[in-house]
Amino acid sequence: MSEFTTSTKQLDGVSVINLKGFLDAHTAQVLEAAFTSLINDGKFNIVVNFKDLAYISSAGLGVFMAYIENIRDNNGDIKLVEMNEKVFNIFDLLGFPLLYQIFNNEEDAIKKFNEAKQSENAE
Amino acid sequence: MKTLNNKTSNELTVKSKTENLSLIREFVCDAAKGAGFDQLTADKIILAVDEACTNIIKHAYKYYPDGTILVKVKISGTTFIVEIVDHGNAFKPNSVTTPDIEEYYKQHKIGGLGMYLMKTLMDDVKYNSIPGKYNKVKLSKKIISAA
Repeated sequence: MSEFTTSTKQLDGVSVINLKGFLDAHTAQVLEAAFTSLINDGKFNIVVNFKDLAYISSAGLGVFMAYIENIRDNNGDIKLVEMNEKVFNIFDLLGFPLLYQIFNNEEDAIKKFNEAKQSENAE
Repeated sequence: MKTLNNKTSNELTVKSKTENLSLIREFVCDAAKGAGFDQLTADKIILAVDEACTNIIKHAYKYYPDGTILVKVKISGTTFIVEIVDHGNAFKPNSVTTPDIEEYYKQHKIGGLGMYLMKTLMDDVKYNSIPGKYNKVKLSKKIISAA
């Protein structure tokens, strides 16, 4: 049986979810639980790190679709980082790069969140 | 062109549970590599079969866990064929339209992506439903010789 786990850490006011293993229709609920937990805690600035993700199917992609609107309605976002070519190609086939910002690393994604916060404060 | 390894069974039957998707992927991975596909192409076939089986579990069996899914792999000429047979509710593939991702986002729609992926990743996808008897999905991919 394939395994999928998530671990979440806080970095500079941003929640970073690391994905590991195989994300399919069986394991999608593990990622749903991770998003639900952050949303319940009022944490809407989320970076998802794909470095250790070996596989994703549309059931996994659907999790991102299911939560993004609620998160953006709360002035947050889901930003994606360290996606390998195989996973990126699947995202790309479905046009996801139009909907989600993808960065090379966590630092760049976190910087983007903090820049947005600074410009809000300046207004 | 390589032929399928005789030691590898070319049929797999599993119950209609999402936990069996990983078994199906491993089975298809071995078969695709045995047929001579590179990893990139094998990955496409694996994902297409996963999507087909996920649809069967969700829509044909509506998560009823004791249905059966039969995955058969064969080579016909220079084409690698995966046939997937279930005995759940008949499927109307024409009722699924190609998704517009931005519309999906606006409407919170998630379904339909799997079928779009299957059609994009494979050379041919055919459905054959005999209501009350079986549904069959046939996924085909040309084997391109490395030579």
